[in-house]
Amino acid sequence: MDSSMGRKTFAIVNYFLLGVLAILCIFPVLHELAISFSSAAAIAAGEVNLWPIGFTTSAYEFTLQREEFLHATGISLLRVLLGCSLNMLLTLLIAFPLSKESVLKFRTGYVWYFVFTMLFSGGMIPGYLIVKNLGLLDSIWALVLPGAVPIFNVVLMLNFFRGLPKELEEASFMDGAGYVTSLFRIYAPLSMPVLATTGLFTIVMHWNTWFDGLIYMNSLQHYPLSTYLQTVVVNMNLGSMSLEQLKQFQAVNPQNAKAAQVFLSIVPIMAIYPFLQKYLVQGMVIGGVKE
Amino acid sequence: MKRINQMPLHLMLLPGVILVFIFAYIPMSGAIIAFKHFVPSKGIWGSDWVGFENFRYVFELPGTTQVIWNTIFIAGMKIVAGLVVPIVVTLLLNEVRKTFFKRTVQTLVYLPHFLSWVILSSILIDILSPSGGIVNKLIVALGGHPIYFLGSNTWFPFTLVVSDVWKEFGYGTIVYLAAITAINPALYEAAKVDGASRWRQIWHITLPGMLPVIVLMGVLSLGNVLNAGFEQVFILYSPGVYESGDILDTLVYRIGFIDTQYDVSTAVGLFKSGVSFVLICVSYWLAARFANYRIF
Repeated sequence: MDSSMGRKTFAIVNYFLLGVLAILCIFPVLHELAISFSSAAAIAAGEVNLWPIGFTTSAYEFTLQREEFLHATGISLLRVLLGCSLNMLLTLLIAFPLSKESVLKFRTGYVWYFVFTMLFSGGMIPGYLIVKNLGLLDSIWALVLPGAVPIFNVVLMLNFFRGLPKELEEASFMDGAGYVTSLFRIYAPLSMPVLATTGLFTIVMHWNTWFDGLIYMNSLQHYPLSTYLQTVVVNMNLGSMSLEQLKQFQAVNPQNAKAAQVFLSIVPIMAIYPFLQKYLVQGMVIGGVKE
Repeated sequence: MKRINQMPLHLMLLPGVILVFIFAYIPMSGAIIAFKHFVPSKGIWGSDWVGFENFRYVFELPGTTQVIWNTIFIAGMKIVAGLVVPIVVTLLLNEVRKTFFKRTVQTLVYLPHFLSWVILSSILIDILSPSGGIVNKLIVALGGHPIYFLGSNTWFPFTLVVSDVWKEFGYGTIVYLAAITAINPALYEAAKVDGASRWRQIWHITLPGMLPVIVLMGVLSLGNVLNAGFEQVFILYSPGVYESGDILDTLVYRIGFIDTQYDVSTAVGLFKSGVSFVLICVSYWLAARFANYRIF
């Protein structure tokens, strides 16, 4: 039959197209992985595609002995730990009162106070000046405090809290509990799935953010891993280097070592990726359209 | 209902209120240096007022109009491509009957969203290199001439758009896939009984089912007309492509941190924040009006 022929052709083309798209998304990562395990000579000759040529682990040995790399990784881990716990605590502390629609006095005022910061910002320089004036330059707190209140997550959590039955809380009030008990004994445990979702996203965000490290940290030794990679490994301003500098740069940064550092830095993300993916659809739906 | 003491609720809000005040509202007030001649030793409040002098200075610079145009051009292309590609991929994914294949594709296409531009740019620089990058090897093998994607003013904006779509299209399909799952399966059954082909089912059921979300995403993206993607451009551009790739945010960075003209830089930033603020307000108003969307 004609239409079933057409459908079959479409199915084949469709599978092919999606397959190509999927490969396009993973290929560059695999290419980088292959480079990180290849010998410098094979890379220079342009022989490496998807499989390591002249297999060697020297790039990884080189990287793991680099003190700056390990130090920067440590700073990034600290940042994730501090930043993530602070973000989640503040999300709960802000979303809970704001979800008490008919109870909380000045609720509308509070909500606008927070939401307005999503709509308008003072810009890069005034933000930098406040961090500088507080004496936070070169401190880990400069990476954690300015973004400590994640407004978007607060909105997600607020909507989730509003969906929980009020009777749970009212019963606890009968037994003499107050709002603090209600938040930490009833609402927080019930919101674990949402908390986990936003937490994972926060981890990825803190791990990946590099620009604040670049402007708030004056020296290499304070850089988080992402900033370190941006300045030392990727550094696009090769055009501004002299040939001599360029040679030096390539000598301490062979391409396979570069790839190894890049690849090591995405290992943590790969590790939590399966969990992230599980929550993806769920999280997006929570923030969606309300009737 | 029993009255409970409200005080703890206000105390819970206090740390957040203070932090937001320090790191969002003080900088907003600090933006007044856009109207001052900023001298570090005199501080933000002590510096002298100059009215719109900083704005006049920036807009009289020869390159500024070009920068605004670049910003709108790059952001505009990203908005359109960022809407169309995920919708098409969603429709294709929705036609896949083999769950395993669908899951695998989804897992792979979401991945680039979670990698930072630092990582992706280092990979991009490798594969797009005019000397030995895999993309150019392919072009040469097909009989073309190597293209310097990151160094040519003709190609740079498109390289930005394509690589941005590559990073985000998979993630973009999530909202649309969620919208499709909400469509009543009975509609498809009824259509089949009436003899509708797959194509007609997509056209008359799937697309209309997705329409509210498509409208919503389109309207909300209006707020991004001046957001051409600072991190991506900052990492990938170089002086050779300032002509086609310099955008408002990178201009703010260079005037502020390279030339240390804090007042002028803030003026450019404030111009951008102001216009964006109006656009975002309009987009939320439209979203509330036509797509029933409320952020809180």
